[in-house]
Amino acid sequence: MADFNVNLRRFESVSIIDVKGYLDAHTAPELENVFNKLLEERNFRVVVNFNELNYISSAGLGVFMAYIETMRQNNGDIKFSNLKENVYNIFDLLGFPLLYEFYKDEKEAINKFIEQEKS
Amino acid sequence: MNQLNKKFEKVLIVKSTTENLSKVREFTRKAAEECKFSEDTIEKIVLAVDEACTNIIKHAYNYSPDGIINLSINVHDDKFIITIIDNGNHFNPELVPEPNIQEYYKQKKIGGLGMYLMKKLMDEVKYSTLADNRNQVILVKYIEN
Repeated sequence: MADFNVNLRRFESVSIIDVKGYLDAHTAPELENVFNKLLEERNFRVVVNFNELNYISSAGLGVFMAYIETMRQNNGDIKFSNLKENVYNIFDLLGFPLLYEFYKDEKEAINKFIEQEKS
Repeated sequence: MNQLNKKFEKVLIVKSTTENLSKVREFTRKAAEECKFSEDTIEKIVLAVDEACTNIIKHAYNYSPDGIINLSINVHDDKFIITIIDNGNHFNPELVPEPNIQEYYKQKKIGGLGMYLMKKLMDEVKYSTLADNRNQVILVKYIEN
């Protein structure tokens, strides 16, 4: 069994998704459910914290591609933080850094949203 | 390595469910570890095999859980060779365009990422249709001595 967990937290107007374990074609629907919930609630500012994610396949990457535009059209974004090197390398291989913001730490990503809100 | 070349053969047969992807990864990882690849290379091989099987589950079998995926891993001439065979729909890799992330973003198009990754991660990726009409994909990683 693929071991995957997803958890949702809030910090002010920002939603933080913690992903843990193995994100593949089997577990990607669990992450989609969380994004669908955020859309229903009209929460478009999202930070995904990858601190405990060990593995990602294209099925997982596809989830972020499916939701990014809707988030941005609604003044939000999906920002990524705390990626392990091996996981970042897969994003990099597919050119994600051209379109997505990556941060070392979750706080930096959250602050970016809060600064935008103030300006 | 000569000794390894002679006797190395591993086989795994699984049903076409995404639940089995973790089994496929474990099987691939063990074989790659036996061949003393670096951790970095092992991760590449494991991901490429996951992508190949995910494509089979999605496209060849259309998520029907009753299909069979037959994986075998051999070592020949310092090549680590993964052969994956299925009985599902034929798949023409030439019809899959190379993804461009910026275009994807504009068109909301998702797909083709797996195949692109496989080509980036492995030294060789070959698709064919066997005489008995089954689909075969061969993934190769060179073993550096």
